[in-house]
Amino acid sequence: MSLLVTGSAIVAQQGDPLLFDVDLTAVGIVVGKVLVIFAFLLVATMFMVWFERKLISDMQNRIGPNLAGPFGILQTLADGIKFFFKEDLIPDRAQRRVFILAPFLSFVPAFLLFVVIPFGGDFNDGNAGVVTIFGRETFLQVADPPIGVLFILAMSSLAVYGAMLAGWSSGSKYPLLGSVRQSAQMISYEAAMGLAIIAVVVKTGSLSTHDIVVTQAGEGLGGILPNWGVLLTLGVPFVIFVIAATAELNRPPFDLVEAEQELVGGFHTEYSSIRFALFFLAEFMNTVTMSAIFVTLFLGGPAGPVLFGPGWLWGIIWFALKVFVFLFMFVWFRATLPRLRYDQLMDLGWKVLIPLSLGWILLLVALDLAQDQNWNLFAVGIGAAVVFFCAAMLLRAAVRSGQATRHTLEVPD
Amino acid sequence: MGLLRGFAVTFRQMFQRPVTNQYVIGTGEKAPKPERLHGRHVLNRYEDGMEKCIGCELCAGVCPARCIYVRGADNPEDDPVSPGERYGYVYEINYLRCIHCDLCVEACPTEAITETKLFEFSFTSREDAVYTKDELLVDDDGMPRHMPWEDWRPGEDEHTSAWMRATSPSGSAAFEGRVAWTGELGYGVRSPEAAQADKDAVTVPADDDDHGHDDHDDHDHGGGDH
Repeated sequence: MSLLVTGSAIVAQQGDPLLFDVDLTAVGIVVGKVLVIFAFLLVATMFMVWFERKLISDMQNRIGPNLAGPFGILQTLADGIKFFFKEDLIPDRAQRRVFILAPFLSFVPAFLLFVVIPFGGDFNDGNAGVVTIFGRETFLQVADPPIGVLFILAMSSLAVYGAMLAGWSSGSKYPLLGSVRQSAQMISYEAAMGLAIIAVVVKTGSLSTHDIVVTQAGEGLGGILPNWGVLLTLGVPFVIFVIAATAELNRPPFDLVEAEQELVGGFHTEYSSIRFALFFLAEFMNTVTMSAIFVTLFLGGPAGPVLFGPGWLWGIIWFALKVFVFLFMFVWFRATLPRLRYDQLMDLGWKVLIPLSLGWILLLVALDLAQDQNWNLFAVGIGAAVVFFCAAMLLRAAVRSGQATRHTLEVPD
Repeated sequence: MGLLRGFAVTFRQMFQRPVTNQYVIGTGEKAPKPERLHGRHVLNRYEDGMEKCIGCELCAGVCPARCIYVRGADNPEDDPVSPGERYGYVYEINYLRCIHCDLCVEACPTEAITETKLFEFSFTSREDAVYTKDELLVDDDGMPRHMPWEDWRPGEDEHTSAWMRATSPSGSAAFEGRVAWTGELGYGVRSPEAAQADKDAVTVPADDDDHGHDDHDDHDHGGGDH
């Protein structure tokens, strides 16, 4: 009995303090936060579309949109209005219901993902990001479920259905090819992405996004470096996550799903008007959201020093700045890297990223254990390196023998 | 590492001046158009006001986009429209199909159809897209008619004809400087293009036809139009 009570007490201490006592004010605050997030995400998406076009123009020595508003910043709005007035076509051979449903299936998860992202608050001096709104203490995030990370994974997989069903229901060959590619690519890279996230979860010891940020806000190595996930996990899961997330977003160089040169427009070839706009928005919204997930998992979320003024505001500023870095990164990728071939994509996913992230988790756990048990860290490191090398050689041998078998099969006598 | 060098290249490009030239906005001026640009067509008249078109349908026959529709008719004896037996009774060009290849101009035996330098005519209906003979034929002063949706700028209707093309028939230098074409209403007999040797002698200004690419050398390509 006493165990049960302490258990519930611990549960009660976790999570958003706003929800300990639910009344009308609490509901109002939650609704307010939802509205703010909704508006922020739409504006951020509009900004992202403009920013991408402008930045990639700079990188290609062009000017980019410059007529609608100052620096063309209203271009996205103009495009959106134009889309509303375009003719809405549904192909004759399309599965009507699924065809109509599909854009929403990719649009809604893009919104839902952002619900678990902490986007502000003061994380200094053990504040744990708590802010006070209308006399109530709360976090600057819409929801803080204890399974936040799992929610992220679930929603990002759900978004696949939008593109998959869109391609399938179009009743046309290029969209179908696009969605087949999409499904295969998602399955391949979601594993690597999940394993990279697990590395963070292992080090921070929680699935709640808020707790992950609180852990990262703590004192880091030597008191100088931040305690960010990217350093906690020794960098490699971050790199894996960058690659896997780019693939998950279908952004270049992994945009085989809508490879214009091969598949016209990929899964959204048959879409027009506002339905196409929904896909387009979802794509850019996912980019913003994925950047926010990066920041939450690897770069300490809104945690950062308060220079002057209110702490919660600095949380938002740091968060926006960090997100911006990743938005820049995605555009930079697009401007620089040529698209991968399909077999290269699969090879990278299955033969490099998944084994590497699996191995890295083992290494992290071994080092953690060594620290706990006061083993010699150096010896553990050497042992891990040897195991890594052996495993890599084994994998290489397996791949080689697989290729050899395939070649003998291909040439029948 | 090659991969990182690629990232460095794109990063460096960000701080370079864009090579794009602004269109219309800013100065309000447009970039100068090459004299042989293929724009919307006109049907020309002789200096006495007679139509040049004889309704032979060669333009319609040669058109790869099948955008020209011509019907010829016999000239009324008391009030002939064109010199000779026949004239173009119906003449229509569908600009939703036209690709401005200039083959109709090449095919025309009487230099009746030529192309202006106008390419900015954004019509808003299918009816507007099909230019009829009334719209294509030059007016009593020999000037192309200005439709409400066409963006003519001063001086742009000067170069309505393709007479420069005829300067050197079949590309033979022997015809250089020889007038081998008839006069046009409003313009008279156009003078021939300057000889290639003369053009080469004159230094072509950088912004003449290649829109300010300083590193681009005209003389190697021999493409200077003036």
